[in-house]
Amino acid sequence: MKIHEYQAKEILAKYGVPVPRGGVASTPAEAKEIASQLGGAVVIKAQVYAGGRAKAGGIKTAQSPEEAERLASQIIGRQLVTHQTSPEGVPVEKVLVEEAVASKRELYLGIVIDSATGLSVIMASEAGGVDIEEVAAKTPEKILKAYIDPIIGFQPFLGRRLAFGMNLEPEQIRPVTQLIGDLYRAFEERDCSLAEVNPLVVATDGRLLALDAKLNLDDNALFRHRDYAELRDPGQEDELELEASKHNISYIKLDGEVGCMVNGAGLAMATMDIIKLMGAEPANFLDVGGGASEEMVTKAFIILLSDPKVKAALINIFGGILRCDIVARGVIEAAKQIEIKVPVVARMRGTNVEQGMQLLAESGLPIILAKDLKDAAEKVVAAKQK
Amino acid sequence: MSILIDENTRLLVQGITGSEGSFHSRKCMEYGTKVVAGVTPGKGGSLFEGVPVFNGLEQAVRETGANASMIFVPPAFAADAILEAADAGIPLVVCITDGIPTLDMVTVLGYLRGKTTRLIGPNCPGLISPGKCKVGLMPGDIHMPGNVGVVSRSGTLTYEAVAQLTEQNIGQSTCIGVGGDPLIGTNFVEILRLFEKDVETKLVVLIGEIGGTAEQEAADIIKEMTKPVIAFVAGGTAPPGRRMGHAGAIITGSSGTAQEKIATLSAAGATIASSPAEIGIVARRVLEGSA
Repeated sequence: MKIHEYQAKEILAKYGVPVPRGGVASTPAEAKEIASQLGGAVVIKAQVYAGGRAKAGGIKTAQSPEEAERLASQIIGRQLVTHQTSPEGVPVEKVLVEEAVASKRELYLGIVIDSATGLSVIMASEAGGVDIEEVAAKTPEKILKAYIDPIIGFQPFLGRRLAFGMNLEPEQIRPVTQLIGDLYRAFEERDCSLAEVNPLVVATDGRLLALDAKLNLDDNALFRHRDYAELRDPGQEDELELEASKHNISYIKLDGEVGCMVNGAGLAMATMDIIKLMGAEPANFLDVGGGASEEMVTKAFIILLSDPKVKAALINIFGGILRCDIVARGVIEAAKQIEIKVPVVARMRGTNVEQGMQLLAESGLPIILAKDLKDAAEKVVAAKQK
Repeated sequence: MSILIDENTRLLVQGITGSEGSFHSRKCMEYGTKVVAGVTPGKGGSLFEGVPVFNGLEQAVRETGANASMIFVPPAFAADAILEAADAGIPLVVCITDGIPTLDMVTVLGYLRGKTTRLIGPNCPGLISPGKCKVGLMPGDIHMPGNVGVVSRSGTLTYEAVAQLTEQNIGQSTCIGVGGDPLIGTNFVEILRLFEKDVETKLVVLIGEIGGTAEQEAADIIKEMTKPVIAFVAGGTAPPGRRMGHAGAIITGSSGTAQEKIATLSAAGATIASSPAEIGIVARRVLEGSA
């Protein structure tokens, strides 16, 4: 789960990570008010779930409260298109207004869980800033790593190793070590899948500040963080994806024309792949899940058909825990609730497949039945072209 | 032979009285698996389908000689269940549970280091040695005993591959879903080593997917293996940065893409099935070529 920069900074500040002074604004007037309280130059930052904001015009500097108001009015309410968003972009509903900070140095700090070792790893670099991905790709030796042994957790020596490794001035070693420890504590206690401060700046006045911050929260840990529900900003998410997630359906909208409904993430990806191999593009990823009910199948099928780009749909079910007759009933119910305007191909195998296929055949719905995965993919791509 | 489970497996089920746990325990028993104990805290002393239920693992193992555990405990309590099984010294723990917080798994994997317990999963369908023993969710009837080992990060896609093999009249020695999470107990590398040593296994089918580097690590072992390996990697059409259902299936950087994984596996000598519909046919060709 993603959260906004201003929310990440609020969380990090509670753990003692120093962040610039500032506030969040939903209107240009609020931006002006915050700017006048801060005094001096301010930075206006679009709050969206995507990186690459500066290059896309989502981050601007204002020299006065009036300019802050004017710039905020240009950013709030627009769709921001960055290299990480879809071509339509994401809406900007809020801006973060912060004191402008002149920096001497830009550092990088990031924490993730490394699947190869099964350990949390803190990464640090003295080459922080917007091009950190390039630094990692071209000069990996400039990214220092410290793995956390769960038996001892974070220890100061790890922070010191990273701080000295970044060639900091002597007076910065202690505060940076402290800051790394605070960031790690936030990462662990808040069940993050990513905690990143980029850049961490040494300001010209000597202050150490997290100029930008990103926290991704582990969806699996939501049960022990009841407050996470409030952090979620539905405005940043695709409407259909949001609707799907409310019903525990894993759905991701893509750009193609063949919609698919599958049980299991691996089979769902493989189904997308075979649609592509047959010469069409998948319109979505949709995993109804292992224990889906008839209602979930109905909902899932309606969601995938709600995408106006969909020209044909493929149902691919390998029944295990999920019974094929449940899927068939769910699809038939969906057809009662909405008009199905595109050709539908169904392929089912496994638990109760005979009942499922029979229900579909007798439903009177124009569903094309397929015998296996290849047959299904061929039929759905052919049906799309008609 | 087969790997990890066979007719000598004595299975204990953690969460045996829950709705999923009871359903799948019955299915495993119907398949012929020897289920010797169940554990549900607070229900100790009762019976489930004639199988004794205990409050804790330590007593259950002591009294029944269970040597494998299958876990159906909800995500909030699953890490504790794995740790309890490891503490009781069970050699094989299969955790089916989906949705365990990743940091819980960091703790679990830390505890398992240096222990003899092998963990399969979490977020996995389990494993089956056809005709001998089933510890998991897979429909038993799509399998047949034989000489092909199957290892996968997925659930239903594994069933798809197995069904294609069976349709080609190609039986399986053991089929394992290692799990779709970023942190899992046993990876491709360890399973490939076990298949390499297993006299019954003649060919291995590996089903990977986008995200992480498990397939690249597998490629290093495939280079050294004497047995042929067939590989399919799902997710070639998945966009970067999006989580495709499995928490592990997210592309972050070029090493996580299907193209990169396929290239590495192919260079290591694996035969690539380019379509998910051709896994069975490719297995047939490789077996006939090597026969």
